[in-house]
Amino acid sequence: MLEIRNLHAGVEGRDILKGVDLTINAGEVHAVMGPNGSGKSTLAAILAGREGYDVRQGEVLYNGVDLLEMDPEERAREGVFLAFQYPVEIPGVNSTYFLKAALNEIRKHKGLPELDAMEFLSLVKEKMKILELREDFLKRPVNAGFSGGEKKRNEIFQMAVLEPKLAILDETDSGLDIDALKTVAEGVNRLKKPDNAQLVITHYQRLLNYIVPDVVHVLFDGRIVRSGTKDLALELEEKGYDWIVKHEALPA
Amino acid sequence: MSTATETIEGFVKQEYKYGFYTDVESDSAPPGLNEDIIRLISRKKDEPEFLLEWRLKAFRHWQTMAEPHWPKVKYPPIDFQKISYYSAPKKRGDGPKSLDEVDPKLLETYEKLGIPLRERERLAGVAVDAVFDSVSVGTTFKETLAAKGIIFCSFSEAVREHPELVKKYLGTVVPYTDNFYASLNSAVFTDGSFCYIPKGVRCPMELSTYFRINAANTGQFERTLIIADEGSYVSYLEGCTAPMRDENQLHAAVVELISLDRAEIKYSTVQNWYPGDAQGRGGIYNFVTKRGVCKGRNSKISWTQVETGSAITWKYPSVILQGDNSVGEFYSVALTNNYQQADTGTKMVHIGKNTRSTIVSKGISAGRGQNSYRGLVKIQKSAENSRNFSQCDSLLLGDKCGAHTFPYIEVKNTTSSVEHEATTSKIGEDQIFYCNQRGLATQDAVNLIVNGFCKEVFKELPMEFAVEAQKLLGVSLEGSVG
Repeated sequence: MLEIRNLHAGVEGRDILKGVDLTINAGEVHAVMGPNGSGKSTLAAILAGREGYDVRQGEVLYNGVDLLEMDPEERAREGVFLAFQYPVEIPGVNSTYFLKAALNEIRKHKGLPELDAMEFLSLVKEKMKILELREDFLKRPVNAGFSGGEKKRNEIFQMAVLEPKLAILDETDSGLDIDALKTVAEGVNRLKKPDNAQLVITHYQRLLNYIVPDVVHVLFDGRIVRSGTKDLALELEEKGYDWIVKHEALPA
Repeated sequence: MSTATETIEGFVKQEYKYGFYTDVESDSAPPGLNEDIIRLISRKKDEPEFLLEWRLKAFRHWQTMAEPHWPKVKYPPIDFQKISYYSAPKKRGDGPKSLDEVDPKLLETYEKLGIPLRERERLAGVAVDAVFDSVSVGTTFKETLAAKGIIFCSFSEAVREHPELVKKYLGTVVPYTDNFYASLNSAVFTDGSFCYIPKGVRCPMELSTYFRINAANTGQFERTLIIADEGSYVSYLEGCTAPMRDENQLHAAVVELISLDRAEIKYSTVQNWYPGDAQGRGGIYNFVTKRGVCKGRNSKISWTQVETGSAITWKYPSVILQGDNSVGEFYSVALTNNYQQADTGTKMVHIGKNTRSTIVSKGISAGRGQNSYRGLVKIQKSAENSRNFSQCDSLLLGDKCGAHTFPYIEVKNTTSSVEHEATTSKIGEDQIFYCNQRGLATQDAVNLIVNGFCKEVFKELPMEFAVEAQKLLGVSLEGSVG
């Protein structure tokens, strides 16, 4: 589904990604871990199409198509979803209205009929149960005045409604207490299907107690220096990133 | 690739939809302004002596006045002798008795504007007075309203049919000495709408006036007078459009509202005069004086405006809170794009006890637009226990536009309270990216964010108008995707 080949990218003349290779197949959950400044969020931003990043080398294929050539909204309509590390507030814009507009754009793109207000509402109510959201949530403006935890839940809720093919979760665990973390992880797990994939970006191992990845990658200084099973995450937790750094320094 | 920066910089307005010109024979006064022209206007309209005298006094006073330069707007000097002060579509015989006699071309014009005047085609809830250049061409639902004792007609007709009401109230809120453009209007005003709601009557439908400037080189000077008698209620709407021309045209209107004991007037405007082209050529100079007086106890006046048109907008719909416990409100959205300039706001003058006022102003600047909020909250000594709340928010799109706020606050007693909140924000690239990432195109994202920003004002508009206002903002913001 996603193939990243030798990706070099940076921002404002600074090299951040220095040759990332990563392949994700349908039905898989991958975790990318790494210390601060290793390039995790840059990777997420480039996949979603945020401006301001220069791709200097390499390519990204999404279902065989050049992802980097697509506008951000095209990527979204093709099923790429980014759960933001810092979800953005849009004052005055009703959450339901926003999400309905988004879903209908995606449906239009797929050649499906748009949902009317009633159909949309019944869909949304069903999805809300997954995230244990209160109903007044729908009436509030997008993320405005939400607590950190509510914002993160809202991201996963949007993901539940939009049903993406490839979901990228950028540090969704940051700022969540343990209960919220469980709810969010539970939501993510329920959305896992044989035909979609998830890329979970995180600094800490604790999220991976609840979302069990098929593959764990360690991103360090712009490159994936190690890949393995979930045990790698545990080992990393135990020994710290320094352990990887020392190994890195040794000749292979 | 669409990048938010390019998008916002490439903010170009789509072509003005209402820019056509109707080819009708018109009866126009030669350009120039002097007492003879004023006498001519008065004679054409068969006016009683008192009105001619009033016009002449206004004109003489105007000659002693200087054009104001304090607004934060720039334009070349206006040559008042080059403007024609009267233009009317030629009448057949005595002029139309009913809509059936109105020139079909005029009816067509209003249909093109989406304002069909034939009652069967109208939405049942809105009565319309259509003003074309200097005269009213037709008023709908007059009989239905008359059954309730409501008078809704052109100003000229009111002068003929109800001179006592006109004489009693004309100039009582905006005297002919008020300001340069109000004095000019008092001297040369040609038509407008008049409305009287009798005691205890709740007007069963929205009343509206649709203003259209058509002829070239004319000024439009209409005058609207609305009187809500004790315990009555009326909701009034006005809309405006004009053809696209390279020259600037002057529109200097006066609106006076009078709200007696327990009466309420809700006045809504969607102003979409031609704004000029992307280079800033042409467009209407919209120099308007709007003021209402809450004369009676427990009375209320509420202004809601959506200002998207005009090259320059200069207006401050105000409320004088004279009666005890009276309420004044001002809700405004002003959008300036390309080279448009707006200096708009309100004045709330508290005189009576326990009076309350609310001001919510939303300014949106795009392109090279300049948008100023200017407002006065004045609480006089007599206005014990009065309250004001003001909120002025500005939204900037791009980096070549400007937003300015000039709040003036004067409080003369110690029992009143005044609150002022102001914010300035830019449509963030991160907001647009967030919307993009959910599948929305950048243009739709901008519309969504702007509409969200204006929501508090839109909810004050009557339903139908709110939808129109949203569409209008969408149109004004269209073509911005690079």
